[in-house]
Amino acid sequence: MKLLTCPLNGPRNISEFTYGGEYHPMPDPVNTDSRQWAEHVFFHDNAAGVVTEWWCHNASSFWFLAERNTISDEVIRTFDASEVFNQRIDFIAASTPEGSS
Amino acid sequence: MPFGLLKYGLSNDYPAKHHFTPATELKKHYDVVIIGGGGHGTAIAYNLAKYHGITNVAILEKAYLGGGNTARNTAVIRSNYLTEAGVKFYSESVRLFNNLSNEFNYNVMMENRGQLTLAHSDAAIRSFRWRAEVNQHLGVRSELMDRQTIAELVPNLNMSEDSRFPIMGGLWHADGATARHDAVAWGYAKGACDRGVELHQLTEVEDIEITGGRVTAVKTNRGRVECGAVVQAVAGASSVVAKKAGIPLPIHCYPLQAMVTQPYKPILTPHVSSPQVHVYVHQTSRGEFVIGGGSDPYPLYNTRATLDQRETLSAAALELFPFLAQARLLRQWAGTTDMTPDYSPIMGLSPVENYYLDAGWGTWGFKATPICGVTMAELVATKKVPDLIKPFELERFYRFEQINEAGATAASH
Repeated sequence: MKLLTCPLNGPRNISEFTYGGEYHPMPDPVNTDSRQWAEHVFFHDNAAGVVTEWWCHNASSFWFLAERNTISDEVIRTFDASEVFNQRIDFIAASTPEGSS
Repeated sequence: MPFGLLKYGLSNDYPAKHHFTPATELKKHYDVVIIGGGGHGTAIAYNLAKYHGITNVAILEKAYLGGGNTARNTAVIRSNYLTEAGVKFYSESVRLFNNLSNEFNYNVMMENRGQLTLAHSDAAIRSFRWRAEVNQHLGVRSELMDRQTIAELVPNLNMSEDSRFPIMGGLWHADGATARHDAVAWGYAKGACDRGVELHQLTEVEDIEITGGRVTAVKTNRGRVECGAVVQAVAGASSVVAKKAGIPLPIHCYPLQAMVTQPYKPILTPHVSSPQVHVYVHQTSRGEFVIGGGSDPYPLYNTRATLDQRETLSAAALELFPFLAQARLLRQWAGTTDMTPDYSPIMGLSPVENYYLDAGWGTWGFKATPICGVTMAELVATKKVPDLIKPFELERFYRFEQINEAGATAASH
């Protein structure tokens, strides 16, 4: 069984975790058109190499980030999401006609 | 005739004909370069050469003919999808498959055995009724099947009402079939090479040159090749190759594992699949039981086999066919699947004018091989997108017009 180290619970069997998709920064919620949103939602880098991705420890519902090599399946490190999310995001209604419709 | 055979057997130089003549030198220029020498790539080349008279074509394959996902799929052919676009597309492919041996004058070992998808819940029965209605409307043979008929059709199936997920009914698809996957690629390659197409194995595309929104050349490990158009047909590496042309794709690569048992006498005729326990089983013409299921739980560019998946697949297969507990496994392997958000392929035009996409083939690529050859060749030759593949264009994701085949695809293949 492969192990994954949860930043909260320590090393656990990988079957206790759920993969949560590639980490990529959210576009500016105010000034993004639908084409850019489509790219953000559907399109992926899908790189062959080291990627940053979301994982969740199922039993504790704890979400965190991992750097993993998608060729060798080696986990380089796992870390708390607060390393990346260290600023407050305010969702303000867009003033553009598209946003107000 | 007996003397001819004797002479052949005793001949010193063993006058066997090669399937095709591998090309030697790369030319400076080709009208069409096809990246990927699997079933799809060779099918496109075959149709370009035979039906459109375009023979200055090179197929560039980084390893060997049909050695990627063409060799790794479990050779299921069916058309019982849910959307109109999906059913029309795959049913035309099944029709072409049925005539493929005649088309090639080469046996692809097509066997029309039918496919049975099992329902273990009321919700599954409802969705199967929906699929059956859509299929029948579009001329595809699908119907609901009750427990008794299932028990008669597949006598070895576990019909117990005490199992974890008792079987409540099924979707019977008489058009379901299987064929020798390697032979499909070999037949297309032979037909294409006989007509002047060049198949270059061990030739990897390292870079793609684009000038003014048009592709002008590809750089390979054996030198630079100028080209009039490029088609990429590289299932399992679509994102990596498209990136060289600057095209982002909505794809994630997951390994998909399967395994086979030792051979047994013929006891299972149709292909049996269960979306509920995530497994499908069929017996090949040489007697092995092929067992496949869902993809790995997370993306990976690697075709290793895992113990986890072997346990999961075995447990699920035993729920359906308890007698398989006695079987020994011969092989376990994986292919790399290009999973798209809507479980439908990405075919047709790309943001680069003369660069065509045949990608996003997830777990449904083999069954689409003949129709891909026909439609992609028509697109390259006429520069007009055939109606059959228009719904599968990359642009659909920007318009939020996905073609949802998740339900008709999951673990059914």
